Formats: sequence, structure tokens, C-alpha cells
Amino acid sequence: MSKPAKKASGEEAYADFMSRAYTMELEAIERYAQFADALDTHNNPEVAGLFRKLSAIESLHAKRILAEMRWPSLPALPAAYAWESVEGPETAPFDAVHYLMQPYHALEIALRCEQQARKYYEDIAAGSAPKRVKAAAKEMAAEEASHVALIQDWMKKVPQPAPGWDEDPDPPRMNE
Amino acid sequence: MNAPITSPALTAKDFKSDYKPVWCPGCGDYSVLTAVTKALAMLELRPENVAVVSGIGCSSRIPAYTTCYGFHGVHGRSLPAGTGLKVARPDLTVLVASGDGDGYSIGGNHFLHACRRNVDLTYIVMDNHVYGMTKGQPSPTTEPDWSSKLAPGGTGVREFHPLVIALASGANFIARAFSGDPNGVAALIVEAVRHPGFSFVEVLSPCVTFRPEQRGWKESARPAPVAYTDDPARAARRLMTDDGFNIGVLYKGRRAPFAGLPAAPTHSLADLEGGFRL
Ligand SMILES: Cc1ncc(C[n+]2csc(CCOP(=O)(O)OP(=O)(O)O)c2C)c(N)n1
Ligand code: SF4
Repeated sequence: MSKPAKKASGEEAYADFMSRAYTMELEAIERYAQFADALDTHNNPEVAGLFRKLSAIESLHAKRILAEMRWPSLPALPAAYAWESVEGPETAPFDAVHYLMQPYHALEIALRCEQQARKYYEDIAAGSAPKRVKAAAKEMAAEEASHVALIQDWMKKVPQPAPGWDEDPDPPRMNE
Repeated sequence: MNAPITSPALTAKDFKSDYKPVWCPGCGDYSVLTAVTKALAMLELRPENVAVVSGIGCSSRIPAYTTCYGFHGVHGRSLPAGTGLKVARPDLTVLVASGDGDGYSIGGNHFLHACRRNVDLTYIVMDNHVYGMTKGQPSPTTEPDWSSKLAPGGTGVREFHPLVIALASGANFIARAFSGDPNGVAALIVEAVRHPGFSFVEVLSPCVTFRPEQRGWKESARPAPVAYTDDPARAARRLMTDDGFNIGVLYKGRRAPFAGLPAAPTHSLADLEGGFRL
């Protein structure tokens, strides 16, 4: 269900493809912002800031899609799509977050999301969609690949978490 | 599909308050909040025309996180408060929010009668099969063999089936959602609000702290294999046999909603006091 309809005309299929791409970005933006809020509340400002940055980066992509399509400016509501799994290819899993997590963990999540997005576009580019869609998908796959590389570089600059990073002798909530 | 994107007057952000949720990171309720705010934007409502009423529990914190009118009430009493509000102010869109403890345990009796009365409101239950706020006691939807420190070996008591009970009691709209898919939840809330009468949306919303195994719901939740029915007998058969993970609208009834009070209620204190005069 997550790939553009094959029988639609080139123009329609292209608009549909871009709409999905926009929705993908929006879902990623929302999830990162949600994680940032959660970690602010749980006194982890460093990782909250990082998620906020990731959310801002995805917003730039979303804005670019709107500009390209000359669709109404942000904020706008996307059509709701069913993806192959419950979350869009670029969306961090809702339960991937932990109150003691470190920047490296956040980047690991972002890396996985970018890799999934790249694969999503690569699959469309290699499939039987109309020419214009395939060309756009190829372009987007290349963009996602550059993000993968950027995040990999970023990960080299932050310390790797030590074993036991999530141990807390006095957790905020426990089954008593 | 030329312009698949709409630009509503208000967006989801306009329905989100400045209070940051205090839920545990990863809690399913975050996505329910996102879905509620998206749904209200899709419905092109305004915060001042919506009331979000809740009871007590982690899930029941939701009114504070919206910019709508809110009432964070008493444990188990979200439905009486929401019903009263809708009857007194039929112009408002009323969303009532509960958890499975709030809504099915202490509030279970109100649930039956709210379905029966069929007042035009939307009831959203964030079901995590546990009392999250009070640290992990089993709830009416907890599996009988779920063993924890508080219930070693499990309760041994069979779980409650909220959708079947809603149908039997007269709910006019029944849907199940999964909070891992906030867009899907939003779409179901939109349909629920639009459908007249008592609309019930049960949202599977994992408690990552006390039921970490619910992270696996991602793999179990799937779109219901058949479209909704308006036939209660058929719906009963389907709901009785489903495994609890079919997502979507499952029943849309045709009962007329509660028609309101016979006479317009008075808002004058003098008139109300008049009734008590000796
Ligand atoms: C009258 C009354 N009885 C008991 C409580 C304690 N209490 C608070 S929340 C809660 C259960 C909450 O569970 P649920 O509704 O499933 O919400 P969750 O926290 O899981 O979202 C209980 C028993 C209370 N606040 N008031
Ligand atoms: S205890 Fe459970 S229900 Fe409550 S906020 Fe935490 S994860 Fe959510």
C-alpha cells in the first residue's frame, strides 16, 4: 500500500508520490518532536536538543517538497497513508526512546530511519512506476544516502555509551 | 490526485497546549494526543468549541495537553461528566478520555449506561491492560495469566471484552485503533466524531513501563479484514471471535442519538433555586 499506484497517469502518480514523501517527513518530524518533549520532561536536555535538531532537519525536507509542488505552505495536513508497517519508513519507532538515553542512541535511531527511507525510495526507483516518479525516487534515494553518511560521521564524534547506561537504582517508576 | 494536501484553518499544533506531557518516554498515549489534535484539525473545529473530559490515570491527563476546554475529573467518572456536559451544551464537540482502569473498572457501570443513552459524544479509551498511574495493578482487560509482583501468577480472572460490551449496551459506533499509528487513530476519531450518537474508540496504547511486552503490539495490530457492518448480530459474531488486534471501524449503528432534554435547560441560578423553595 505504501507505493504509488501503477495505473495512475504520470502526473497523478508523481503528485501521489510527493504527497507520500511529504507525509513521511511530517511523521518523522512529529515523532522526533515528541521524543524531544518527553526527554525535556525527563531531564535529559542534551538528547532532547538532538531530537529537536533532527526534527528541524526533517522540516526542511518537508518544506522543500511543498515548494517543489507549489502546495500550500506549512503547516498543512497530509493525507493519511497506510505504510507497510504501522510507522512510515522514516519514522522512529514510538518506543525507541529511554529517559537515560545518550546522543549516540538518538543517532542510531536516526541512522535506521534514514536507511529505511533510502530503501523505500530505492525500491520505487527500481520498480515499475512512471518515469517521472522513478526519477524523483532516485533523487530522493540519493539524498537519503547522503543523510546516512552524515549521520555516520556524526556518530563518530559522540561517545559510545558504556555498558549499563540504562541502569538506575532508583527509577522514576517501578512495579512495587 | 492533483492536490492531495489540504490546508485547514487550524492545524494540529493549534490544539496542543504548552504543557509537556509527563508520560514515560515511549508511552503510547503520546501518539493518542497527536491523533486527537490532528483529528480536531481535520474536523475543522476550533478549541473553544471542543471539550475534552477525562477521569484519573496516566491516560486521563490528556485534557491538559490540549488547548480545548478540559475537565480532568474524578476516577471513573469521565462519562457522567462528559454526558452531562453534552446534554447541557449540545453545541460543543465532546471527547471523553479514559484508561481501561478508569473506564472499565471503577467506571464500568457508567460505560454501560453511556452506550445505552447514546448521547452524541466520542469516548476514547487508551487501553494498556494495566493501571499505569498506580504502578502496575491488573485491570479488567488484563490477561488472566499476566504475572507481576502485584499479582503473582496472574489474577486467574478472564478479561472483559469492551467492544462486545459496548455493542450489547447500545453504542452506535465501535472502532479499535493502535496508537503506534497516530494517523490511523486520527482518521478513526474523525469518523467517530462525525457519526451521530455514542461513538466508542478503543485505542491499544502500550504501557512501556509496566507492560514492556506490549511493544510487540506493533506486529500484531492489522487492518480488520472486512469492512464495518451496521448489523448488530453480525458485529456481535465478529467481535466475539476477533483476537483483539483488528484495527478499524468495526460497527456503525443506525440508532438515533439521545434527543436532548424535553425542555431547554435553564442556566439561571434563580430558576434552579426556585425548585428548592418551600
Ligand atoms: C476513587 C479513586 N480510586 C482509586 C484511585 C487510584 N487510581 C488512580 S489512577 C488509577 C488507575 C488508572 O488506570 P487506567 O485508567 O487504566 O489508566 P492508565 O494510568 O493506565 O493510563 C487508580 C486505581 C483514585 N485516584 N480514585
Ligand atoms: S506508566 Fe505506563 S501508561 Fe503511565 S505514562 Fe508510563 S508508560 Fe504510559
